[in-house]
Amino acid sequence: MKFLSEYRNPEVVHQYLDELHRTVTRPWTIMEICGGQTHSLVKNGILDMLPEQVTMVHGPGCPVCVTPLGVIDEAIYLAENEGVILCSFGDMLRVPGSKKSLLEAKANGADVRILYSPLEAVKLAQEQPDREVVFFAVGFETTAPANALSVVQAKHLGVKNYSILASHVLVPPAMEAILGDPDNVIDAFLAAGHVCTIMGMDEYYPVVEKYQVPIVVTGFEPVDLLQGILMAVKQLERGEAKLENQYARVVQREGNLLAKQTIGQVFEISDRNWRGIGNIPMSGYEVCESYADYDARRKFKLNLSPVEESKECIAGDILKGLKKPFQCPNFGTKCTPEHPLGAPMVSSEGACAAYYQWNL
Amino acid sequence: MCLAIPGKITAITGQLDETFRVGKVSFGGIQKEVNLAMVPHAQIGDYVLVHVGVAISVVDEEEAKLTFEYLKKMGEVEELLPNQIEP
Amino acid sequence: MKLSLQLNCPMPKLDFEVITLGHGSGGLLTHRLLDAGVFKLLSNEFLDEQHDGAFLNLTGPVAYTTDSFVISPIFFPGGNIGELAVNGTVNDLAMCGAIPKYLSLGFILEEGLRMDELWEVIVGVRHAAEQAGVQIVTGDTKVVEKGKGDQIFINTTGIGLVHPAAEIRIGRIQPGDQVIVSGEVATHGIAIMSVREGLEFETDILSDSTNLNFMVEKLLDELGGHVHFLRDPTRGGVATTLNEVAKKAGLGIELLQSKIPVDEQVEGACEMLGLDPLYVANEGKFLAIVSKEMAEKALEILRRDPKGKKAAIIGEIVENHAGQVILKSHIGGRRVVNMLPGEQLPRIC
Repeated sequence: MKFLSEYRNPEVVHQYLDELHRTVTRPWTIMEICGGQTHSLVKNGILDMLPEQVTMVHGPGCPVCVTPLGVIDEAIYLAENEGVILCSFGDMLRVPGSKKSLLEAKANGADVRILYSPLEAVKLAQEQPDREVVFFAVGFETTAPANALSVVQAKHLGVKNYSILASHVLVPPAMEAILGDPDNVIDAFLAAGHVCTIMGMDEYYPVVEKYQVPIVVTGFEPVDLLQGILMAVKQLERGEAKLENQYARVVQREGNLLAKQTIGQVFEISDRNWRGIGNIPMSGYEVCESYADYDARRKFKLNLSPVEESKECIAGDILKGLKKPFQCPNFGTKCTPEHPLGAPMVSSEGACAAYYQWNL
Repeated sequence: MCLAIPGKITAITGQLDETFRVGKVSFGGIQKEVNLAMVPHAQIGDYVLVHVGVAISVVDEEEAKLTFEYLKKMGEVEELLPNQIEP
Repeated sequence: MKLSLQLNCPMPKLDFEVITLGHGSGGLLTHRLLDAGVFKLLSNEFLDEQHDGAFLNLTGPVAYTTDSFVISPIFFPGGNIGELAVNGTVNDLAMCGAIPKYLSLGFILEEGLRMDELWEVIVGVRHAAEQAGVQIVTGDTKVVEKGKGDQIFINTTGIGLVHPAAEIRIGRIQPGDQVIVSGEVATHGIAIMSVREGLEFETDILSDSTNLNFMVEKLLDELGGHVHFLRDPTRGGVATTLNEVAKKAGLGIELLQSKIPVDEQVEGACEMLGLDPLYVANEGKFLAIVSKEMAEKALEILRRDPKGKKAAIIGEIVENHAGQVILKSHIGGRRVVNMLPGEQLPRIC
C-alpha cells in the first residue's frame, strides 16, 4: 500500500538503525507518547533492535488505558438502558469498569455495537428513531474532530436521538504532568504524529522552551519511528532542545484548521481525570453548552458515584515512565490481560500488556 | 495517537455542504466511504490520511520522499561541519 | 450477496413461507418440510430410505468428527452457513488424514425463518457435498421458539476412512519441520467483516470456504508419513492454531512475516480496521507441518491445485521457546505471537 509499505522497507530500517548505533554514545530515555507508536514498536520487534543505550518508555497515549473506571461504568449504565443503543470503537469493549466490561454487558443483553466511525452512529440514529443512540466518544485530539463532526451533522440533520458520551484527553497537559514530576526520567519525546496532524505543532514550542527537552513529531511506521528516534538522539547528543517534525508528509505546523474549528464548535477544554495519573487540569474536552442536547451526560442526567481505582495498581508510575511493568509485584501474576488490575494491562497498547506479550 | 492510514480518493460522491462532503477512498483495493469535510482541497487521485472514517490530512508526496533522503543528506551535512561530534 | 445456486435448484412452490413450531413437531408439517427441502435436494440411496439411521459399510481405520455452526450472518459474501457446515466437517476429517465419506446433518431452525432462506442453505449443503465428494446420509430437524435460536444452527458429524499412508499426530512434529500454509490468510474473516454493520466496506473479497480433502489426499499420496501434522486455522486464525500446536507439542515455532501470503484487499481491510491478519478466521486454508526434506515438494504438490496456488512455507519448528510462537517481522525484529483473550476487535488506537 502506497505511503505505508515504503516505510516498512527493511533496508531503510537497517540504514537508520546503523546510523543510530553510530550516533549514540550515552544512555538516553525517550518516551513515545502515542499508544499506536507503542503498538508499532512492539509489533515490529523494534525495541530489541535499538542500541542498548536507548530506552523507550511507553507514555500515556492510550485513551483506552487512561479512561477512568467511572466513565466505563457510565457507558455500561447507558448500554443497559433498554431504550439505548450504545455504540463504541472496538478498543473499549474489553476494558473492565468497576464491575464488568461493555463486552460482558453485551453478553447479558445490552445493545452494544462496534462501529468504525461515529458518523455511522448518526446514520444508525436516523434508522432507529425510537431508540436513543449514544456514541462512546473516546480518544485523543485525533479523534475529536470526527466525534465533533458527528454532533454537528446530527444537529444539522435534525437528528434528536443522538448524543455522545465524551471522554477525550489532550496530549500537551499530559506531557507537562510527566515533565513537571520531580522524578521525571524522560530526556526526549516522540510526539504523537496523528494528534499533531490535527492540532499542529505550536503547543509544543513552550514545552520545549520551559523544560529544554527535545520533541520530535513522529509517525507510526518502522522507518518513521527510527527516524524520529534518531532525530531525538542526535539532538540529545548535541545538547540541543528543539521541536522537529519527522512526519512532515502529513503534519503541518498549523495542523488542520478546519478540524480545529470543528472541535472548537462542539467541545470546550475542561479538567480531566486520567486513570492511573489522577486529575490533570485543562486536559480534556467536554461538550459545550450550545450542543448540550447532544451531550449524553446532560441528556441522561448521569450522576454515578465516583469509583476507586485498585490500590495495587501502580499505573501512575508506569504511565509516567518511572517504573517498568516487570517492577510491579503483581505483573503477570495477579494482573494479566485476562484479569487486568489497572489501565496499562487492559489494552494491547498499554505498557504492561505490551510487555506481557513481549516476554521473550 | 491513533490508527490512521493513507488511502487514495477514487470518487467524490456527495457534496451537500461542508460537513457532508463525502468520497470513496481505496485502501489496497477495498473502498470505504470517507468524509472529506476537513480536506476541502483534496481531489480524486490524492492520497489522504483517514481516521475513523474522516480524512484528516492530504499526504504530501514531496515530503514523503524526504524521509528516504534524510540519511544521505545528513551524511553530506556532517562532512561539512567543522566541529562535528565523533560518533 | 447470496450464492445464486438457486438458478440450478429452483425452490418449488410451497404453501408455507416461514418455518413454524409445527414444522419441528414430527408430524405432517415436518414431513412436508423435509420432503420439500431436504429429501428433494439431498436425495441419495441412504436418505431416500428415510430410516432413523444410515447403514454404512466401512473397513479399516475410521476417523470421526463433529462440528456445530452458529454463525451470523447466515449468508455472507461467497457462501452461506450450509456450505460452511459441510466444508468445516469435511476439512476436519481431512486434517485427520482421512478421506471424508459420510456426513450427518442436524438443523435447529428458529421459528420464523423464511423457507426461501432455508432452501438456499440446503442448496449450499448440496453444492458443498458434491464438491467434496461426500454424502449426507442421516439427519434431524428441530424448530425452536422465536428468540431461542439465531435463524439456523447446524451440526454435522463426519466419518472418513483414514488414508493408508497418513500418520498425523502432534507427537510426530519435530524441530526442523517446516510450517506450510495452503494459501492466503484472513480472507474469510474479512469477507464477513465487509458486510458487518458499522464496519462495512466495498470489496471483491469472498469467503474462502471450500473443501480441502483432495489437496490433502494428494499430499498424503505422494509424501505419506512426511506430513507430520495438519490443522485448519479457523476461528482465531493462524496465530491461535499455531499457539495450540506449539503448546501441545512442547516445541517452539518461528514464523516469517514476509512469507505469510495475504490478498492485497484483505491487507487493506486489516490496515483500516487495525486487525492483524494472523488472528483472522480462515475457512478454506490449512496448515501442514512437514518434514524439512519434503517441504519444497509439498509446496509443489499444493501449488498444482488451483486452491493452493499461493501456498507458502511460513515458518519452522524449533526447540527454543517451547510452547511459544515467535514472529520475525518484515523488518527483521522479533515479537511473541500470543493467544488473544477473545475475538480480535477492530481498533482506533
